Amino acid sequence: MSGLVLRRVRPLGGDEVDVLIQDGLIAAIGAELPVTEVDVIEGNGAVLLPGLVDLHTHLREPGREDAETVESGTFAAARGGFTAVFAMANTTPVADSAAVVEQVWRLGQEAGHCDVHPVGAVSVGLRGEQLAELGTMADSAAQVRVFSDDGHCVSDALLMRRALEYVKAFDGVVAQHAQEPSLTAGADMNEGAVSASLGLRGWPRVAEEAIIARDLMLTEYLGSRLHLCHVSTAGSVELVRQAKARGVDVSAEVTPHHLMLTEEFARSYDPVFKVNPPLRTASDLEALREALADGTIDVVGTDHAPHADEDKDSEWSCASFGMLGLQTALSVVVEAMVRTGRLDWAGIADRMSIRPASIGRLTDQGRPIAVGEPANLTLVDAEADWVVDPLELGSLSRNSPFAGRTLPAVIVATLLRGRPTYLKGAVR
Amino acid sequence: MKRHLLSTADLDRSDALLVLDTAEELARVADRPIKKMPTLRGRTVVNLFYEDSTRTRISFEAAAKRLSADVINFSAKGSSVSKGESLKDTALTLAAMGADAVVVRHSMSGAPHRLAHADWLDAHVINAGDGTHEHPTQALLDAFTLRRHLRDRVETPASGAPALDGLHVAIVGDVLHSRVARSNVHLLNTLGARVTLVAPPTLMPMNIEDWSCELSYALDPVLPEVDAVMMLRVQSERMDGSFFPSAREYSRRYGLDERRLNLMAEHALVMHPGPMNRGLEISASAADSPRSVIVEQVRNGVSVRMAVLYLLLSGSEPAIGHQEGVA
Repeated sequence: MSGLVLRRVRPLGGDEVDVLIQDGLIAAIGAELPVTEVDVIEGNGAVLLPGLVDLHTHLREPGREDAETVESGTFAAARGGFTAVFAMANTTPVADSAAVVEQVWRLGQEAGHCDVHPVGAVSVGLRGEQLAELGTMADSAAQVRVFSDDGHCVSDALLMRRALEYVKAFDGVVAQHAQEPSLTAGADMNEGAVSASLGLRGWPRVAEEAIIARDLMLTEYLGSRLHLCHVSTAGSVELVRQAKARGVDVSAEVTPHHLMLTEEFARSYDPVFKVNPPLRTASDLEALREALADGTIDVVGTDHAPHADEDKDSEWSCASFGMLGLQTALSVVVEAMVRTGRLDWAGIADRMSIRPASIGRLTDQGRPIAVGEPANLTLVDAEADWVVDPLELGSLSRNSPFAGRTLPAVIVATLLRGRPTYLKGAVR
Repeated sequence: MKRHLLSTADLDRSDALLVLDTAEELARVADRPIKKMPTLRGRTVVNLFYEDSTRTRISFEAAAKRLSADVINFSAKGSSVSKGESLKDTALTLAAMGADAVVVRHSMSGAPHRLAHADWLDAHVINAGDGTHEHPTQALLDAFTLRRHLRDRVETPASGAPALDGLHVAIVGDVLHSRVARSNVHLLNTLGARVTLVAPPTLMPMNIEDWSCELSYALDPVLPEVDAVMMLRVQSERMDGSFFPSAREYSRRYGLDERRLNLMAEHALVMHPGPMNRGLEISASAADSPRSVIVEQVRNGVSVRMAVLYLLLSGSEPAIGHQEGVA
């Protein structure tokens, strides 16, 4: 017999079993499987999850290979427990053509750390004027199903309407970065008491909520499918909740940092806390946690946004927006949701693997842990803690807002179709 | 006193009074034929100015020179994004040159805070105005000026020395973008004064209700109530941002003119941090009236900045040596 046995692991935090993996598939699950002539990973009671799927990653290649490459970003992803990531389109050149999405897709294949699914731009050059060749990207080798101008809002109502309609032809989804640009020109952080005191220009919550309200109405009217990137306010949550109650086909995403950090961190003026959408208030954070728990928010998306030191080590107002996320995501969500009793491990699997895979129309990710399923798996030591050291992270960049923090849950192994893409210890 | 002066919120009441009392003491130096004392001999003060502000720079320069510090003026126009050296590299350069204090003026809020806390240099950092955040020495010189003129009207507090207790000050204009307003609100509150902010709603920050100030959208009803009015400069770029319809309308509703001057109590002061837009937020007759202390604010600025430099750089030594013969 050949293969790999995960010994004494707890699928979704349940009872301890052994899991045999052969030919990239789960071949057997049972107590005390024979371990002769197979490789063994000792689980010691670690939690086994379906491999995590990130709907929202910035890999920066092509264009800013000094900040991240497909290779380095997916290396970090594997270390963070991810077996698939969706790479956002705001590269240079923009991923608005079959040529660019196929390049990114191929780079992902070559790196081999996790599956890379390019997100196609909605508009040419992210300029919000003219639809990109969505169908050609869908038909390309990259088989794009998620389209987004992320980093920019599709603010033109007619263009948004056309995109929502057009992607129905290939079961695509438009992932909106909800930010009314005229309300956020030059904005630095959440608008409110803290921005007023710090003298930083405010990013009002209504700039997000106004676009979400409009897009929910468009989606309902057109019978289309909408995904909302990085929802950050209590008001946005309420809009999504009401729309879902009406049966609108919408999914929503929250980032780990919006589940854990508030605008108070801006008081340091340290741009590592500068992000778009901005960190909000404690009551927003509470509403986001509640919405993720009750399923109003469907998924956690990292919005992993690497930036070179020189783009962050500066004055707040001229620093770039964004934070690293891939390697801290699971730990942050465990701290925010599991340690607080709001989600169990099945809930984590649902929000970080099953639902994101479903929104992105992946058929081989986010699958049940069952015999015959692809062995895309993540093994987590739920009891261990670790201290975040940005120098130790897999990313080329270091802009983690969690630097120096002790976080729960350590990734023990990540398997992509049965092959370890990350392994903390040794294989026996 | 803390190690840096970044915000007036960093000053508690005794710190603020210490600055004002020290400034009072040092102001006497300005009345002597030789205006120089050896207190900061051998210390290096860098004026790091990313924004043009001749008045603030020469005020700090005069203050440092009167204390015998070596002064280096570093004019770094533009920001790290547009051109030239990053703030970090400039800071490392200044550290290598052995700067003891860095006086920084910057168009971006928080830049002095970054200089003070980012581990780039070891010097004392004094905020000489950052973006739309704070301008603490302006607030200190305003408090100094108020105290000099209105000493008789200050109430005696329950305990401790009187500061500006019971005085009522109106701050009028573009509160949203004003670093002078932010610094003054903190400091005036700390020193026991009552503050009323007067502005059109578009120029009041969000959540301003939390600022422990009174608010008014109209100027006329406030004027008879106050001991001093601080008129804020209206920046020309606000005219394009739809914050108000036109300069004329702003002037009509919020400008301090002759008629409004006459609404004020006889003792009440007219203040302005400069530079003024005569005919916009303040008329020439108001600016030049006997109750205007605008020119004196400038003079007091030097004394207050001397006090700040002295207290940060040699707080443990007496401000004026015995050999100087002044207590």
